[in-house]
Amino acid sequence: MNIHEYQGKEILRRFGVATPRGIPCFSVAEADAAARELGGQVWVVKAQIHAGGRGKGGGVKVAKTPGEVHQFASSILGMRLVTHQTGPEGRIVHRLLVEEGADIRKELYVGMVVDRSTQRVTLIASSEGGMEIEEVAAHTPEKIHKLAIDPVAGLTDAQADEIARRIGIPEGSIAQARLFMHGLYRAFTECDASLAEINPLILTGDGRVLALDVKLNFDDNALFRHPEIAALRDLDEEDPAEVEASKYDLSYISLNGNIGCLVNGAGLAMATMDVIKLFGAEPANFLDVGGGATTQKVTEAFKLMLKNPKVEGILVNIFGGIMRCDTIAEGVIAAAREVKLSVPLVVRMKGTNEEIGRKMLKESGLPIISADNMADAAQKIVAAVSRGSRA
Amino acid sequence: MSILIDRNTRVITQGITGKTGAFHTRLCRDYANGRACFVAGVNPNKAGEDFEGIPIFASVKEAKERTGATVSVIYVPPPHAAGAIDEAVDAGLDLVICITEGVPVRDMIATRNRMRGRKTLLVGPNCPGVITPDEIKIGIMPGHIHKKGRIGVVSRSGTLTYEAVGQLMELGLGQSTCVGIGGDPVNGLKHVDVMKLFNEDPDTDAVIMVGEIGGEDEENCARWIKENMRKPVVGFIAGVTAPPGKRMGHAGAIISGGKGTAAEKLAVMEACGIKVTRNPAEMGKLLKSVL
Repeated sequence: MNIHEYQGKEILRRFGVATPRGIPCFSVAEADAAARELGGQVWVVKAQIHAGGRGKGGGVKVAKTPGEVHQFASSILGMRLVTHQTGPEGRIVHRLLVEEGADIRKELYVGMVVDRSTQRVTLIASSEGGMEIEEVAAHTPEKIHKLAIDPVAGLTDAQADEIARRIGIPEGSIAQARLFMHGLYRAFTECDASLAEINPLILTGDGRVLALDVKLNFDDNALFRHPEIAALRDLDEEDPAEVEASKYDLSYISLNGNIGCLVNGAGLAMATMDVIKLFGAEPANFLDVGGGATTQKVTEAFKLMLKNPKVEGILVNIFGGIMRCDTIAEGVIAAAREVKLSVPLVVRMKGTNEEIGRKMLKESGLPIISADNMADAAQKIVAAVSRGSRA
Repeated sequence: MSILIDRNTRVITQGITGKTGAFHTRLCRDYANGRACFVAGVNPNKAGEDFEGIPIFASVKEAKERTGATVSVIYVPPPHAAGAIDEAVDAGLDLVICITEGVPVRDMIATRNRMRGRKTLLVGPNCPGVITPDEIKIGIMPGHIHKKGRIGVVSRSGTLTYEAVGQLMELGLGQSTCVGIGGDPVNGLKHVDVMKLFNEDPDTDAVIMVGEIGGEDEENCARWIKENMRKPVVGFIAGVTAPPGKRMGHAGAIISGGKGTAAEKLAVMEACGIKVTRNPAEMGKLLKSVL
């Protein structure tokens, strides 16, 4: 799960990580009040969306007067912010963070991820802040420092200090950097984060170490022990179709193609998308109905796919292992009837009672096309859709 | 022969009385030698009782001592799954197969760290389990789609493994052992660990390796194969069409920071001499072509 920058900063402050002072705002009036409350000469008005690249997209502005805070807040709130991470459709900005301006002497990078190969939390640090870390890694790998943290010992003072020195923190600020990294690691582990990025971490003119931007992601599987973090979920930032799907325990992701697919199992669902592409079309979604492809789940899945106006055909690919194919056929027929299916439907079922299932589809009177295997299914749905679009 | 498990394996089921555990224990017991293989269950609150004739013990340690079992399978709910693995490791079992989906990564980091230097092997979590056809099945895969034979299968995903098995069966090819290693980022055996076992197994002639986007496990395995494998290996990677930054169902199936793409994995596998297909309907045919 993702959260907003201002929420990430609030969490990190609780663990002793220093950030600039700031106030989240949901209206221009609140932004005006925030500027007054923060005081000072310079403010930063930052759009809060779950995507990076906000500055380049025009979502972050430095204001030199309260009037400018007002002006920027008015223009950013409600804007459609397009960044390299939002896709061309962008995101509507509903929330702002108004912060005190910082006197930036140096921009650095500190991040944490779970590394699959060492099976530990890995601290990543670089003297090159403010840029995409993948770019730094690609062009100047010597400027990336990594440390796998022992889960029992945790991050030691000596390790924290060494990393701080390597990324160019001056001696006078090492103690602060140490506190910063300890706080970040504690927040990461205690909150079950899956990713933390402080980019940039800044060194101010007076030697302070601050998190200027914060990105925190959390392990969905651990949210049960953090109801306060689960409550930070912002549905405005999520695809409505994906939110709807999660209500029915369906794993769904919208894609850009015209062929909807309904599959059991994540790996088989990805493979089905791939085979559609292999035969010249594009999948409209990833959809894993999970182990129990019941009539209700299949019906909800059909409704969900058909809400997407781009869908011109549907491919159902179910490997009926423990679940029998006649049960699956029943679900598909009921679902197709209930939604009054108007686009071509190809069904490929494999497993127990395959023949009975097929016979049921054939005798249903519905225009369902049966397929022998995944490739056959993909070819048939691609052909049916292209016939449809010519007609 | 086979790898990891066979007809003589004796199994403890952790979480035998839960809905999932009970359902799948029945299917496992009814498969091949299951009646002889599934000898114990664990539930501290029901010690002394039995599950349809399978005795329930208070702890894994006691179950092991009383039955001689060396393997456990775990169906306990996610908040307690890592603790269940720890208990099985502390009891000194040879192999633990954790089926549970949704185990927090932080728990698995601690558990894997505790396992350093211990002899216990772990498969999973979030996996379908392991089957040596016509001998024993431990997990949630449908037993009847398999048949004894000489092809090894290793995969990160459940139904895609069944798909590969289904294709082998249509060509008359049975399996020595099929291992579903699971889709989580921090887990037990990786492709390479299973591949090493298949390499040493006299009853495995060739291996199908099924991977998916995310991580570098398939690449690591491919490099090991190039230097060490004496048997043909064919491969498929799911997720060529998966967009970066989107988690495709499995916790580990995500392209992040430009790493873990299907294209990259396929390129490394090909460069290491593994025959790969981009058509998931042709995994079986491809395997047959290298025999």
